[in-house]
This record gives sequence, structure tokens and C-alpha cells, in this order.
Amino acid sequence: MAQVLVRAERDAVKRRALLARTIFLLPGLSYITIFMLIPLGFIFFYTFLTRGTYGGVEYIFTLENYTRALDSLYIQILIESILIAASATLLALLIGFPAAYAITKLSSNWQNIFLLLIVLPFWTNFLIRTYAWIVLLNTQGFLNKGLINIGVIDQPLELLYKPGAVILGLLYAYLPLMILPIYSALVRIDPAMREAAINLGASPAQAFRQVTLPLALPGVLVGSIFVFVPSVGNFIVPELLGGGKTVMVGNLIRDQFLKARDWPFGSVLAICMVVMLLLLFFIQARVNKSVLGEKNG
Amino acid sequence: MRMVRKATVGSVAALLLIGLSACGGAGSGSSALDPNADLSQQKLTVSIWAAYYPEDIAAKFEEKFGTKVTITNHATNEEVMAKLTAGGDSGIDVAFVSGQFAQALAAQGLLENLDKSLIPNSSNLIKEAEQLSYDPGAKYSLPYAWGTTGICYRSDLMKGDEPTSWNDLLTPKAKYKGKVTMLATERWLMLPAQKALGYSANTQDEAEMAKVKDLLIKAKANLLAYDDTTFYERLVSGEAVMVESWDGWCNYGTAKNKNIKFVVPSEGSDLWADTMVVLKTSKNKEAAHAFLNYIYDADVHSWVVDNILYKVPNTAAMAKSLPALVGDFPNMGISPNELLQQEGLVDLGKASSLYTRIATEVTAK
Repeated sequence: MAQVLVRAERDAVKRRALLARTIFLLPGLSYITIFMLIPLGFIFFYTFLTRGTYGGVEYIFTLENYTRALDSLYIQILIESILIAASATLLALLIGFPAAYAITKLSSNWQNIFLLLIVLPFWTNFLIRTYAWIVLLNTQGFLNKGLINIGVIDQPLELLYKPGAVILGLLYAYLPLMILPIYSALVRIDPAMREAAINLGASPAQAFRQVTLPLALPGVLVGSIFVFVPSVGNFIVPELLGGGKTVMVGNLIRDQFLKARDWPFGSVLAICMVVMLLLLFFIQARVNKSVLGEKNG
Repeated sequence: MRMVRKATVGSVAALLLIGLSACGGAGSGSSALDPNADLSQQKLTVSIWAAYYPEDIAAKFEEKFGTKVTITNHATNEEVMAKLTAGGDSGIDVAFVSGQFAQALAAQGLLENLDKSLIPNSSNLIKEAEQLSYDPGAKYSLPYAWGTTGICYRSDLMKGDEPTSWNDLLTPKAKYKGKVTMLATERWLMLPAQKALGYSANTQDEAEMAKVKDLLIKAKANLLAYDDTTFYERLVSGEAVMVESWDGWCNYGTAKNKNIKFVVPSEGSDLWADTMVVLKTSKNKEAAHAFLNYIYDADVHSWVVDNILYKVPNTAAMAKSLPALVGDFPNMGISPNELLQQEGLVDLGKASSLYTRIATEVTAK
């Protein structure tokens, strides 16, 4: 009898927990369903339809949109986008990791100040910040005028409107998204772990390589994804800093919807992007798991 | 028995079809608008480009006719097209779109034929502008502003080399390389090469467009950038010496530096028009016509000339504003006849895919 009561009580507690969980998850889940999953479903459906002459779609089913995406023109644009986004990510990592590491070495007051400074640029509109680079770097801009005035160069450098300028713009825009996750991974590392390594005879370099670095890896992966994903789909930076002379997948998708009035093909390109990014998340999850698994084992 | 039934079904279907087409016929004609309708009982929603109209226009119109006016802004033709072609009633009564887009809307049967008796001010419409290629006879659209595309350049930085041909832009002299921009929007991205090669700006011929592509790829090597929005600023700063430009936009440069001049290249150019249309789905058609009529009032329409520095196909408005402006902005003086010698842009229909593909190939090279 008592056992039955206990079980009933336990079930009631479980039910309440489940109810609470459902209630807490409901807003988030419905948001994702209504504003992401359902529209994504529409986009997927559109990939099988035929382009309407004046925009929209005609309900004639076809797979042609997918075969068109395999054209070398589009593959080449995809590869170039990946290269540009990967370069921005790598540079962000090279700058972001030491920065995050240095911040963890500061007193907690200074840490807060530096973290604030890192997110500060987000308070200004992205478009304006990107335009600022044009003002700085153009042939009549501050940098060139300054360098000419102090006699370093006599002809203005052509810095803008090349893939390099696009990489710079993306790096600038998304660097904070690299620093923050790495920082949060680094601060969580118990200093005792490093001390233990040193006590057991590791040099500081060895302790860094064998203790700090592996434990920071999840932060590095998250930061890399945070920088890579918005970079590869960005179309404002290539347009402004690339002078419209560099085309990335984001521009391509935008043009299909807004210029060519070719919604089905634009949808195919969008779905390809989603699949590619899902793959990336999958790889990240796997790597993450193997790293953490090693630590536990 | 089956035969009979089939015949019955057939004749019923035929009757239905006749009935439907009769209804359609009645609907597409001048669907009896009431000249004495109480405009204060109607509400208008107008979609127009931002900053392309007097800010107080809604308030002024309401004051005069009692009609509540809501203005919504669109950034591009494509944006408002998406709303208007999505099916059903978009809630928009009057839309401002470029001519070739009005043509596309009309082809889908979405536009109301205008009843000119309700737009008495349309007598101000410049006669030559009644026969624009996207809507000969101005049946379903009334042009708001019009102009052409050419080369905007710094006469002081190009002394002795003033451009006269599209080739000056496409294959500039060595000292101007890297100081040239072209427009990024497809139709105007193609235009210089199309005209330089002697083709139509509306060509759908794939062989011609292949040559256009080759020329544009060669031209890209000499470009500073493709730029739709800040090209005149680049002339002011001296970052660029010549840019492909719409006539009105070149004036924004001229306003800051008198050495910035505009030329229509000798090979000819396009004739573009932004136009006003009334949607067939509108339930406030009388007020919509009154709005078009209000715009065509010389005092209202001249605002566009004075503030946007665009030409308007309105005799009275031009007569009112032009004398004070033409000295500072010579391209405002391009006559309607000169404009009409340029080629009107028309909708490309299915060939717009071809244009997008070539634009992608050129910009991605």
C-alpha cells in the first residue's frame, strides 16, 4: 500500500515536471515551428515547382531546378563563398583566441569592461559600420590620404573592391562571435587542472597544449560556426566592400528572388545552404562529443 | 444516353464559359466609376518608393477630399511586385512602379484601365509621353517621372577626354582605369554594352546577349565597382572620374560640384519611366483616380522636379519649375523629344532569367 502511494506520488512529481517542461518549451517551440519550420517547408516545396513569368510559382512539378544548381557557374560561386568565409573564420580564430585568452587573465572588473567593449560595435547599425570601412579605405580615404601625407606611398593603394576587402569586412563584423564563446570556454577551466599538470612536470607550453587547448576546443568550434555561418550567407559585405565584383551565395539567392523572379531556383540554392550548414553542425557535434568523451574516459 | 449526357455537360460548360467571359468583358471595361462618389467614405493605401514624394502628401490629400491616405514604402519594384502578384487583394489601391513592371502587372490583368474623365489634370501629360512603349496610349498607367541613363563625369579631371560614347566607359583610357563605376541593376548593367554593340536594350537574342556578356567581362577589369547608390559621391570625392548614371542622380553630384556633367552617349540609351497604376482589386477606385489627378496638379507634381531633380512628363509642372533649375542642372533641359529618341524599356517576361544568369556570370568572373 505504502509502496503504491510512493509510486503514485513519484508519478505525480514526474507529471508535474513534464507539464512544467512543456509549458516552458511551448513559446520557443511554437516560435520555431511558425517562423522557421513551416516557412522552410514552403521553401522546400517551392524547389519542385516552376517559375512564374512574373514572380511567384506555377504548380508544374519538376526536378529541373536541382539539376540547374549543379552548373559549374554556381558550384564555383559556392566554392568561392566557402573559401572567403573560411578565411574570415580562420583569421577570426587567430585574432580571437589570444584576445579571449588575454581577457581571462585580467581581474574580473577589467574582464567585464573588455567584454563590453567587444560587444559595443553591435550597438551601431551593421550597414553603417560597413560603410565606415569604405570611408577609411577608399583611394581618397583617410588611410590613403594619411599615408601619402607622411610620405610612405605616393600613389593611393587600391584596398577596396576585392575579395580581400570582403574577408576583412566579414572578419570585422563577426569577430566578437568568435571571442565570446572561446572566452566562456576558457573561464570555465578550473585553474587546478593546469596547476596539476605543472606539478606533474609539464612545461607551461605543454600544459597549454595538452590541458587548456583541448578544454577550450568546444568554444573554438562554436565560435568558428558562429563566424562561418553568417559569413557564407552574407550579401551586404560583398556588395559594399566587394564593389559588387565578388558574388557570394547570399547574393545569388537574393538575386533569384528579387531580380530574376525565379523563386524555385532561389529556393533550391537556399535549401542547399541549409543542408550544407546542417552538415557542419553535425560535424561540430561529433567532434565535440569525441573531445568530451576522451576527457571523461 | 451517355452521348446525350456528354452533350449536356458540354453545353452547360459552354454556357458557363460564355457567361464567365461576358462577366469578364463587363469587368475589364471602364467598370462604371461614379464621378460623384463621396471620397470621404473611401480609404486609400498607396505604395511608393521612400523619399520620392512630398512628406505631407497624405495629410494634404485628406484635408482636401476627406479621404484617409496610408502611404507604405517599398525599396524596389520587385518588393511591391511580390505583394501585388501574391494573389487576392493586396490592400494596395495605388502603386508606383517602373514602366516595365506596370506592363507585367497589366499582362496579368491586375490593373484598372484609367478613366481619364476622372483625371482632368491628365491634360497636363506631355503629348509625347502618351505613347511610351510599355503602355501605348497611357491606358492603365500615368507616368510620374521619366528620364534616361548616361555617363556622369568630372569635366575637370577628364579635360580633353570628355566621354561621348559608351565605349569611353567600357574601355577607358589607361589613366582612367579603376576610376569608373557601372550600375549594378541588371537592365542598366547590360545597357552600355547593348548600346555600344548596336543592340536593343530589350534584346532577347541569346547570341547578342553572349556578345554583351563578353564585352561586360572585359569592361569589368577597368571598373572600380558596380554601384547603384553612391556613384555620384564617388565623383564628388574624386575616387571615380566617370560613372554610369541615371540623369536625375547625376544632378545630386552636380549640386555639390559644378564640374560634374552628364552626357547621353552617341549610341543612344534607354528611356525609363516611373509610373502610377490603380489596382483592379481596389475598392476605392474613385479616390484612387482623384489621387492621380491630385499628383498631376502642377503645384504638387513640380515638387518632384524641385526636390528630386527628376523630369516629370507634366507640361505645367515643368513650365513652373524648369526655368529656375535648368541653369544649374542642364540635364533637366533634355526635351521630351530627345527623351523619346531613346529606347523605352519593356518587360522581358521569361527572358529575365537570361539577364540574371548573364549578370551573375559577369559579376562572379
